[in-house]
Amino acid sequence: MGQITLSSVTKSFGEVNVIPPLDLDINDGEFVVFVGPSGCGKSTLLRLIAGLEDITSGQIRIDGTDATDTPPGKRGLAMVFQSYALYPHMTVRKNIAFPLKMAGMDKAQQDAKVENAARILNLTNYLDRRPGQLSGGQRQRVAIGRAIVREPAAFLFDEPLSNLDAALRVTMRQEISELHQTLKTTMIYVTHDQVEAMTMADKIVVLNAGRIEQVGSPLDLYRSPRNLFVAGFIGSPKMNFITGDQAARESCVTLGVRPEHLAVTTGGRWNGTIGLAEHLGSDTFLKVVTDEAGELTVRVSGEQNLHHGDRISLEPQADRLYRFNADGLAL
Amino acid sequence: MVSPAVILLFLWMIVPLGMTLYFSFLRYNLLMPGMETWAGFDNYYYFVNQPAFWSALTNTLLLVGGVLCITTVGGIALALLLDQPFKGQGIVRVMVIAPFFVMPTVSALVWKNMFMNPVNGMFAHIAKALGMQPYDFLSQAPLASIILIVAWSWLPFATLILLTALQSLDREQMEAAEMDGASWFNRFIHLVLPHLTRSITVVILIQTIFLLSVFAEILVTTNGGPGTASTNLPFLVYAQSLLNYDVGGGSAGGIIAVILANIVAIFLMRMIGRNLES
Repeated sequence: MGQITLSSVTKSFGEVNVIPPLDLDINDGEFVVFVGPSGCGKSTLLRLIAGLEDITSGQIRIDGTDATDTPPGKRGLAMVFQSYALYPHMTVRKNIAFPLKMAGMDKAQQDAKVENAARILNLTNYLDRRPGQLSGGQRQRVAIGRAIVREPAAFLFDEPLSNLDAALRVTMRQEISELHQTLKTTMIYVTHDQVEAMTMADKIVVLNAGRIEQVGSPLDLYRSPRNLFVAGFIGSPKMNFITGDQAARESCVTLGVRPEHLAVTTGGRWNGTIGLAEHLGSDTFLKVVTDEAGELTVRVSGEQNLHHGDRISLEPQADRLYRFNADGLAL
Repeated sequence: MVSPAVILLFLWMIVPLGMTLYFSFLRYNLLMPGMETWAGFDNYYYFVNQPAFWSALTNTLLLVGGVLCITTVGGIALALLLDQPFKGQGIVRVMVIAPFFVMPTVSALVWKNMFMNPVNGMFAHIAKALGMQPYDFLSQAPLASIILIVAWSWLPFATLILLTALQSLDREQMEAAEMDGASWFNRFIHLVLPHLTRSITVVILIQTIFLLSVFAEILVTTNGGPGTASTNLPFLVYAQSLLNYDVGGGSAGGIIAVILANIVAIFLMRMIGRNLES
């Protein structure tokens, strides 16, 4: 079980109000990703759920019972930290067994659980090494191992992949997703990387300045962002925002169009010159300075032979235009 | 190629050591200068076979051991306290370091005259205020009193080193342990202490070097007495060479002190030296 409910939770550090009243429901077995720019309060929110920070007001319920004043060790949650936070003087085996030892479990049972976790995470050959002798990805797996042996109600991940290199990040991302499929335990995952959020989440919570901007499945957020912030944050490259005459023509204040929804044609709505062409092989990202709508990013197939200085014409897909009012809300 | 610096350092060490070794084999009395004769191992024989020698040896080891115990345990406790956030942290930290800046002679005199004096000392006043008989620390328990005085001046050193070590402890590790359900005591035993072992080793090794040669505190308080109750090896060497004018015997004692220091060093490195390897 791992159902977590936050009701009007707030957090202030002295005078500074980091999290204004916030409500959130996390269902059992869900993979929830908190995403937002740095300093948006996503890590603070995770630490509030973990109990490492005290909430200023409001209530946190875990599986229906009030856990607001429960100390972190008693909440039945396990956390994986950004720095892994392994105990450097203990072997991998002792690291993984530490929570079990603290719970007073007998030695034979501890060993069985550690072996089991090591098998799931491919750590069997490393059990007698120390964290200092492991690579970044292995340390990450030990940290996850230490979390899963406790059989927690929910896993909390605090930017766990940000210390890994790009290739390893993709592998670990898949491993964590697979782990979620196997264990079917609630996972809460904090990241500033929207690719991680899109690929892993059942439910994304977009945070900005402590406020929840939108909650929904990755494709919901991509297809129908509720406001300018979510529209700009989800999707890569970023959505183009057009203001002025061109927006007024669509009867809105800001017009949003994603780079992948712009087609290069002849006689299109916007005409311009290619300022920069980034060739990724499969795709090419073009920065086009248009006469009518300012600078637009366009995603075209890598097959098209377009270069800096070429003159092109762009046409948006009419049913994929996003219209926002003066308050930045989607119309 | 041996660099000049190494040669200089070697001379720096070997000349005094060689002279001491040389004197230790001479019958060299300050009352009869210029009459030195070869004495063979007589100086060693008589130095070791005086009744004061064995008590000086045990006193030296008790002094080192006692001060080490008080400063490491006390240092850990103080460092844990000072690591907590509180108001006036900066001032308190400076005040905690202060005893280390007081010269040994001065601190020993302050303790002797202002605290431990059975008539005017503060402890005597407190005892009298509580209706008890004042206790004459330096004559009833001379060695223990000196251990207390020396420990007082070395406690700041241990506290400082252990405090910096505590501050370098990864906060996420402590939080992870908290999430793992470890109580404060368990976090201390399983995380804080292992993290501190290297610093504790440094504290013990450095302090041992200085504590083997404690002298000023003894000279200004008890003068090694009553009897030889607070005489340690350096003080015995001093008494032999300058009070008994026997430079040869004193040098023999000095060489014995060097051997003792090496034995202690070997023991310490065997016991705790591996903590220094990463």
